[in-house]
Amino acid sequence: MSHQNSNNVIAANRRQLLQLGAAGAALGTAPFLFNIASAQTATIKVGFPVPLTGAYSSEAQDQVRAAEIAIKEFNDAGGFNGRMAELLVRDTKLNPGEAATRTLELIEKDKAAFIVGSLSAATQLSINAVTRERKVIFNSISQSDAINEVKDWSPYTFHEALNPHMTAGAVARYAFPKYGKRVVYLTADYAYGHEMVRGFERAGKTLGATTLADIRHPIGAADYSSFLPRIQALNPDVLVMCNFGRDLVNSVKQATDFGLKEKTRIVAPILLYTARQAAGADAFDGVVGGTSYYWGMEDGVPAAKAFNDKFRKAHGGAVPSDYGALGYAGIRSVLQGVLNAKSTDSLKVSEAMGQLKYNWYKGDQYFRKCDHQSVQSVIIVESKSKGMKDKNDVFKIVGMENPNEANLRSCMELGHKA
Amino acid sequence: MLDLTLSLFMLQLVTGIALGAIYALLAIGLSLIFGMLTVVNFAHGAFFMVGAFLGVYFLGLTGNFWLSLVVAPLVVGVIGLVAERFLVRPLYGRGIDYPLLLTFGLSYVLIDVVRAVFGIEGLQSSTPASLRGAVDLGFGHFPLYRLFLIGATAVVVLALWLFLEKTRYGLIIRAGSRDSEIVRVLGVDIAKVWWLVFGLGTAIAGLSGVLAAPTRAVNPEMGIPVLAESFVVTVVGGMGSLPGAVVAGLLVGIVFSMTALLAPAYAEMSIFVLMALVLLVRPQGFFGKAGALG
Amino acid sequence: MTLHSLVNGIARHRVASALLFLLIFPLLMPYEALAINILIFGLFAVGFNLVFGYTGMLSFGHASFFGVGSYLTGIAMVHFGVHWIPAIFVGVASSLLAGLFVGYVAIRTRGIYFSMVTLALGQVIYYLFYKAEHWTGGENGLRGIKAEVIDIFGWRIDFLNPLTKYYIIWLFVAFTLWLVSRILASPFGSVIESIRENEKRTVACGYDVPRAKLLIFVISAGVCGLAGGLRALHLSVVPVDSLHYLQSGQVVMMSLLGGMGSFFGPFVGAGVFLYLEDIATNVTRYWMGVVGVLFIALILFFPRGIWGSLMHQLKQRGMLQGERE
Repeated sequence: MSHQNSNNVIAANRRQLLQLGAAGAALGTAPFLFNIASAQTATIKVGFPVPLTGAYSSEAQDQVRAAEIAIKEFNDAGGFNGRMAELLVRDTKLNPGEAATRTLELIEKDKAAFIVGSLSAATQLSINAVTRERKVIFNSISQSDAINEVKDWSPYTFHEALNPHMTAGAVARYAFPKYGKRVVYLTADYAYGHEMVRGFERAGKTLGATTLADIRHPIGAADYSSFLPRIQALNPDVLVMCNFGRDLVNSVKQATDFGLKEKTRIVAPILLYTARQAAGADAFDGVVGGTSYYWGMEDGVPAAKAFNDKFRKAHGGAVPSDYGALGYAGIRSVLQGVLNAKSTDSLKVSEAMGQLKYNWYKGDQYFRKCDHQSVQSVIIVESKSKGMKDKNDVFKIVGMENPNEANLRSCMELGHKA
Repeated sequence: MLDLTLSLFMLQLVTGIALGAIYALLAIGLSLIFGMLTVVNFAHGAFFMVGAFLGVYFLGLTGNFWLSLVVAPLVVGVIGLVAERFLVRPLYGRGIDYPLLLTFGLSYVLIDVVRAVFGIEGLQSSTPASLRGAVDLGFGHFPLYRLFLIGATAVVVLALWLFLEKTRYGLIIRAGSRDSEIVRVLGVDIAKVWWLVFGLGTAIAGLSGVLAAPTRAVNPEMGIPVLAESFVVTVVGGMGSLPGAVVAGLLVGIVFSMTALLAPAYAEMSIFVLMALVLLVRPQGFFGKAGALG
Repeated sequence: MTLHSLVNGIARHRVASALLFLLIFPLLMPYEALAINILIFGLFAVGFNLVFGYTGMLSFGHASFFGVGSYLTGIAMVHFGVHWIPAIFVGVASSLLAGLFVGYVAIRTRGIYFSMVTLALGQVIYYLFYKAEHWTGGENGLRGIKAEVIDIFGWRIDFLNPLTKYYIIWLFVAFTLWLVSRILASPFGSVIESIRENEKRTVACGYDVPRAKLLIFVISAGVCGLAGGLRALHLSVVPVDSLHYLQSGQVVMMSLLGGMGSFFGPFVGAGVFLYLEDIATNVTRYWMGVVGVLFIALILFFPRGIWGSLMHQLKQRGMLQGERE
């Protein structure tokens, strides 16, 4: 009897202990429960570091405008299990050191789960350096060949935008057969410029084009007059301006001044919508180039019309630019990855994005397995100066290259084993 | 591979001279201010930029290039006068670094003000209608506007020379830059002279901006590389020397142009190497006074 | 303890006080990465100020030492697989060498010419690094600096943890600030200050002025190089504009903002500058104009800088030992 009593006591003690333990465990996990509960409604923060100030602020602001549409679409559709997405926009000042600092701020302070952004090659690489160490997904919406290379790559690195190799190749395949095979390059002397030349030369080789000269100029040069007499003397069929944005505006203007357009066709790997607007019709008249997106595609591509209408509705009739469209797509790809993976865990979302097949604004796209490069179409446009229906009608679409992995550099060349 | 014919060489040389014309004007403005006030104007590139913007703006407003060529530099000069009176003058006597640093801060402000007023994208600028087209120089076609640049610079330099050498005010300025103490003792209001010279120097910077605008993209950041280039020219020519500014301006323009022809990737570096060499071999520059502000 | 004795106590143990403050500093900042940046640029500014505030030479090319330190630390780690601690030494050694080269050339000039030479040589170094794309990554910057888990004598430390990173960098900064303070308090420190006050007289007193100038220039380069190396670890990249004259201009602004005549002033200047820039950027897109206006106001009304003005006020009120001006 006493034995039973003592057992009871022990049992009672044990029970108390267990209850205490359970209470303690409950208290201990309660914060976690609380966190999970709040996590259910916790916003999915997407960091968006872009150069809001500096030379490319127009493009960056368009990126933000379009990204906001993607976020809103996601939220209006219910988000992910009720969790809404939030866009955290930060200014990189077009400065890689600042971009890295902002990315650190986004990850450490704001607890951003994903990063989408950047505009210049250098800033995207520095953002990537920060995100991949911390296993945060980064979907880059700026041009670069380097980000696909194994040296910079990580499973968390995605590249939504085109790379110079693709755009250069597409423009080459259009321009060289049409305008001639004797080519001079005026190249901005930095990695991006070199990548463009490489893309042109490689495509050109199969077409029988010859490089008469590859003239390097300092990036950001204001005066190109020193390089033009030599180009004039060489008298090429095609003059390829391997530079970007404002550099392109300057060099094309001055080439026009020197009368180069009379005997030579000027071609550029990328024609920026905003740069064309800023520079005016005369400077770019007749120049042919590539782009990832032009709003005028809406006549032939239903996805483009749908996207343009969304943008018009949200922004008072304005049309999206090329970089704007990338802002939209960059966000949508990541958020779709979250929905498909049913999780915000980086590895799972990365896998989901790797398997994504999508058509956000211009046609079918998917991410190549080895380097997460978005395989997509390239549009060839020619700048207009006559017959413009309105101030937005600046380009004529003269060609389009369908998505094709053959136009990319091979996985092996980039150093990937896959 | 490079077929270096005489024609190409000549064309490149003329291109360098046209480039040098702008450099010379910039250096003249910088040298005037330094020679007279011993102030290193770190906002010089920004004034150049403001001049370019105002030039394009007035051209758009009036349709008359010649009018904007006169009005825009005047407005820039007025901004310079205001800046000197309220920002730079309080710093005299404090040491040579202070005005330098103040103008550095001023450049930041000017850039953002232009962004706020004219927008971040900049303005569309094109060659004025009357100066379009190219001229056959015999060894190649050269843009008419750039020939005009060379001519305009020559006119400005001549006018300035006449002003400094042949007028009373010019005499005061020359005397004041040599010894401001004595000039003050002789009863001249030296503060007023400094004030006007600062305005003149910035007006010339603005003028070079108006002249350069049709040849390049006009955006708020266009003055940043220009500042470094102006320093190179002014140092090579001699800080405070006007003939030095002209000679060095042309020299630097030609050096850049020739390097661009023969080794294009090193063109930008070449002018800084030139500057470093001059500083080591003859720190006062070609025409500068030895020991001047060491 | 009276306020007077407290103030004097802090002044006498300036290094300890500074370091103590820096220990709690990250708690005052909105995020650690900003605090770390302030630590790094504070060190950079203190190093620069050895030449500017203490010796009276306005160098416009100090970013080259900062950048050389960053790049060489990064190159050692990325291209040669060197462990981070020896890599930091490589960075410092390289910047000492760079300081020797630039200093030897620049010391021959004075005043404005000195500023121009340092600017020109700085730009040449910038272009050299820019073009050496294979080593430096060129425009894209040097990437691949991995410092995720570092071990100090067997202790595994998570360098990705921002607070941990801060305190490790704090150790380096602490040691260097102590070293700088010792140098300034030594007879040599008095020599360089007298060079600033009256160079001719210093020569007349029999000191080898060019040698002193060169020595302080090299020391300054080394300190800036250390700051650069730490930055490479912090950001995992070395951006090419670390070497540009605009970066040199920025450190001049920081020193002036804080007060170039004092030991801790430049540190304060770096902190205020970066903090204000951070706030201004989030508030307005015209942060550049705001910074410009603030800078102008400082030059006009507080030429001693924030910290310098504070020190001056304390001296005037007799709270602090030192000359009443």
